[in-house]
Amino acid sequence: MFRIEHVSIQYKNNKDTLPVIRDLSMQIRQGEALVILGSSGCGKSTLINALAGSIAMESGSVSFVKESGREQGREQGKEAEGEQQEEKQPLNPKLHKIGLIPQNCGLLPWKRVRENCILPLKIRRIKIDQAYREEMNRIYEALNILHILDKYPSQLSGGQLQRAAIARAFILKPDLLLMDEPFSALDALTREEARELFLTVWKQIRPTTIMVTHSIEEALYLGTTICIMEEQEGRISLQMENPYFGQLCPQEIDYLLLQKELRERLKSREERKVAHE
Amino acid sequence: MNKLVQRLWTFFLGYLSIHLIWTVAYLLTDTTVIPNPLAVYRDFAETFSSSILIHILYSLRRIGAGLGLSLVIGIPVGILMAGSKRMNKLLYPLVYFSYPIPKTALLPVAMLLWGMRDGSKIVIIFLIIVFQVIVAVRDSVMSIDPKMYQVIKSTGAGRGQIIRHVTLPAVLPQLLTSVRVSLGSAVSVLFFVEGYGTKYGMGYYILDSWSRINYIDMYRGIIVIAVVGFALFEGIDLLDGKLCRWKQAAD
Repeated sequence: MFRIEHVSIQYKNNKDTLPVIRDLSMQIRQGEALVILGSSGCGKSTLINALAGSIAMESGSVSFVKESGREQGREQGKEAEGEQQEEKQPLNPKLHKIGLIPQNCGLLPWKRVRENCILPLKIRRIKIDQAYREEMNRIYEALNILHILDKYPSQLSGGQLQRAAIARAFILKPDLLLMDEPFSALDALTREEARELFLTVWKQIRPTTIMVTHSIEEALYLGTTICIMEEQEGRISLQMENPYFGQLCPQEIDYLLLQKELRERLKSREERKVAHE
Repeated sequence: MNKLVQRLWTFFLGYLSIHLIWTVAYLLTDTTVIPNPLAVYRDFAETFSSSILIHILYSLRRIGAGLGLSLVIGIPVGILMAGSKRMNKLLYPLVYFSYPIPKTALLPVAMLLWGMRDGSKIVIIFLIIVFQVIVAVRDSVMSIDPKMYQVIKSTGAGRGQIIRHVTLPAVLPQLLTSVRVSLGSAVSVLFFVEGYGTKYGMGYYILDSWSRINYIDMYRGIIVIAVVGFALFEGIDLLDGKLCRWKQAAD
């Protein structure tokens, strides 16, 4: 389980402080993909940056929680619920492997695709043995980037850049995968292809994932759980299991209704904002 | 490789044009100050290997030491100024004030503090290059998009790893440009710094020939120092091409 508890983040600008996220709490089961839906400026990218260690949090905690003691309690004939213990390990980029796919892909222009992909492994001093190499090759192949491994990012198209960034994140076998609108810069056709390839590899590795997006269709396709982030101080207004995970626009009435509902929720908040202004 | 050939061709054309002007000037004037180019090139190879080569090596050693010292001090100071507001506040006025001062004006001070031998010579070359390096590094570190650091920070990289994988490669192109420009000044300042306390160096060789009214040798020295300057320029360009391949890929 990955848990975010009472997290507050604010931007400091000389004298002023601007609260972006206040008292945010949510949790996600291991191997699940939580997609946070929200319109621009609601603080969802700030959350990803804070989780990735680029922005400091004002307060709160973020941790991996291991539940233990249930079986032990049963064996001893005690009440299981009461005996359940939690082992919390605060998220630490030095301790946990965090895969990050930012909006701009985050590939370093002076490193070839291959060097970019193995940089996180190098930094964490992960040994690349034959088995690991084979696994890497499988990921490269699945994402169709074998032919561009020796190219520099400036020589790639938007779709290729995105696939390379996805490969870099998966190769690390992350404990936590963070994605900040990873497909938003792509054209419709490339976006569809990149999403499909992403999902194929994601299903094989199943890292605990938090992704932020403003696309309802993307949230329904890639999220096992979906939540909506409010514009005001990043409050979570809805969290739901997604029955349509991995299904690309099924022509079902329930899907269309859910899509409509989510759109209404996002839109109505935008309208409220306009009215407020 | 084609690029190198093209540059060499450009160099050759420039070399030819200068010699054409020189020949015309020689033919039109009747003064020993402008000698016959052919007389200068006669026995050039022998003079070069027997006496000029050692002067080149001495000059290159001084430039190398000054450049090395500038990089060792200038790069960390530039990174520090870009990374810490306090350090920038503290050092920026000093750098801003010292940057435009002609460093040769400090020659008497350098001589008094570091003596007449290599110490003061290297210090002057160092002073010429180091401010260029500091300013180039500081400015280019400050212009790095903060997003460049996002991924590497998320991997738990330490400060040293971040500098090695992001900061240094990002500043390298601008750093090499500044080194290229300041090396030109360093070569020209050889005339001042090799005019005292030494019997070796290209500056000494030219000044010595001049004082002996041996214009043929003086011209030989000028030709050699021009070629050395060009070679240093090309060396930096080659290094740029090798270390910043990604930039050419982008072009």
